[in-house]
Amino acid sequence: MSEIKIERIKKTFDDFVAVEESDLTINNGEFFVLLGPSGCGKTTTLRMIAGLELPTSGKILLDNEDVTFLRASQRDIAFVFQLFALYPHMNVRNNLAFPLKMQKFSKDEINTRINEVANLLRIDHLLSSKVSGLAGGDRQRVALGRAIVRRPKAFLMDEPLGTLDAEFRELMCLELRKLHNNIDATTVYVTHDQLEAMSMGDRIAVMHKGRILQHGKPKDIYTKPKTKFVGSFIGSPAMNFIPVNHTIQKNQNSVKIDNEEYAVPKSFQNTSSQNNVLGVRPEKMFLSDNKGIPGEVYGSEYLGTRKILTIQSRFGTYKIRVSNDVNLKIGANVKISFDSDSAIIFDGQTDEALHSEFIN
Amino acid sequence: MASVHLENINKSFGSINALSNLNLEIKDGEFFVLLGPTGAGKTTTLRIVSGLEMPDSGNIFFNEELVNNVQPAFRNTSYVFQQYSLYPHYSVYDNLAFPLRSPLRKSDKKTIDDRVHEIAKLLKIENKLNNKATQLSGGEMQRVSLGRALVRDPNIYLMDEPLSSLDAKLREELRVELKKIQTDLYATILYVTHDQIEATTMADRIGVLKEGLLTQVGTPQEIYEEPNSIYVANRLGSPKINILDNKQIHNSQNSSASYVGIRPEDIKIDQNGSYNVKIETTELLGAETLVSFKSDTVNGILLTQENINVGEGDNIKIGINETKILYFDNNEQRMR
Repeated sequence: MSEIKIERIKKTFDDFVAVEESDLTINNGEFFVLLGPSGCGKTTTLRMIAGLELPTSGKILLDNEDVTFLRASQRDIAFVFQLFALYPHMNVRNNLAFPLKMQKFSKDEINTRINEVANLLRIDHLLSSKVSGLAGGDRQRVALGRAIVRRPKAFLMDEPLGTLDAEFRELMCLELRKLHNNIDATTVYVTHDQLEAMSMGDRIAVMHKGRILQHGKPKDIYTKPKTKFVGSFIGSPAMNFIPVNHTIQKNQNSVKIDNEEYAVPKSFQNTSSQNNVLGVRPEKMFLSDNKGIPGEVYGSEYLGTRKILTIQSRFGTYKIRVSNDVNLKIGANVKISFDSDSAIIFDGQTDEALHSEFIN
Repeated sequence: MASVHLENINKSFGSINALSNLNLEIKDGEFFVLLGPTGAGKTTTLRIVSGLEMPDSGNIFFNEELVNNVQPAFRNTSYVFQQYSLYPHYSVYDNLAFPLRSPLRKSDKKTIDDRVHEIAKLLKIENKLNNKATQLSGGEMQRVSLGRALVRDPNIYLMDEPLSSLDAKLREELRVELKKIQTDLYATILYVTHDQIEATTMADRIGVLKEGLLTQVGTPQEIYEEPNSIYVANRLGSPKINILDNKQIHNSQNSSASYVGIRPEDIKIDQNGSYNVKIETTELLGAETLVSFKSDTVNGILLTQENINVGEGDNIKIGINETKILYFDNNEQRMR
């Protein structure tokens, strides 16, 4: 498998900038996820790596070889569009053999590879079945198999699980990840689903309006988002934002909300704006007996191990995560506070996180 | 609003038994969710309550009054479908007012106007009242179709997967809204869905349907913590419960059990644990991490809220919270 390097790549369609100048290195053997809302440039980036789209400027290196202007077929990359794209009139064996026949492999080699892949994906017993009669999960395995038999340098996947229902998706996420580990592949995976990205990715790049806003390990992106957009796009329920209506000075370690002081990680920067926002994850907020933002319980959702409370306050609606033995009726008055050591202040002007003791 | 009671309902279509001896009591002011996969009989139940379908046998009571022979229009139920069905050439206001203008109801203009505004406010679509239905987003359209049911004051609201065509964020938002409105209006709702999250987050009580049979009824917590079969245990909980062979676990408390069920949160990474396993994958879900593990004798998943410093391929020890193990017999029924 291989390393993919993107250097100062840019793509414009007429005067629309689809991807702004970006750099990325996808390491050998890595499961890398491009995440963002529709129209953010993630699919365009993937298509440039595949060779289905030529960049306006910049370079793409595959194992240090410049492939920027090579055709897709010359790049030794497998593109998985929708896992369901199979030839319905062929049996499983022929579906798997197809890409190899195209590349004129010998019969023996084809058989060896098919058996190997079928074994890996646990579809040996289905080789002579028609594709049209298969269950959803098996079809998906066959489609994956067809990408794997070629032993390409990298797999590129564009929302392959997009059409599946939640329960099945959960299962396929796990299988895809195991498969990636087993064949030691380099995978670039595009999705708009933050949960898929978090659960499968070794690293994630969050894109918005053609720009890569942040890339890193799922955990770092989740706990230390560098912009308000990243904070709100990742996590379900989303990050809570509490207005802070004063400037923040360097070395300041508290904020004022509703005339109460709350400790926050010491800031290393000043804000330019008077209207800043404090970002806190739902599991870092709690019901408080003393100091807290007053609010009313708007919803209480039971989710097995935990409950999600929706609290309406005069600053906005907040979601907090509590253990499942908290029993509050809709309409109950509560006060909510937050853990001071993981709070992030986003500058009201730039939406960027202030550097602090917690985030830098 | 009314209470609704179904008594020994049977319904078959040709050789298929859609509902077998269904008994169900929906209390006045209750949010009742029927949960089951496609083909379990959810929609048939709704249609029988509304009168669109006649049962082969059995009785239907509204407030203890037999309504078997009452025509659908006179049962005064209000139906919300999965696909929003609005009048595209009408404004939102007229779409909402339409059910009230029915000759059957003869409401005066002022009453209609008040009610439309009240419901529009609840659903946060007041500023859209003059829009054409076609000028709305998907989420707004579904709010209007909910609104069109809610403007009436029926005996019961019947809802057939009304949120399933919306995207995840909107669904999350409308779930909370719908529950709030139901609480405020003290509405009786029979809601059917295949989505377990919708069921546990909104229901006062859940009924789990399997192939036309009601297998368990209870509060979300009762069903999650005390499922009476492996089928029910599997329906609720994400990530899914681990179902293992009784022989696979150490010091089982029930030697006659065939299977055990263990929730992922009841398995912990624990240096003193008695199982040696290898980590297959780890998935970060936000506040929690999901770890799938494997050994020669046992495999499964665990869910932890703690920061873990182990990863794929590492050998670890795990422990199971033995008081939380659920035991099942060879018919996959719960043993207590």
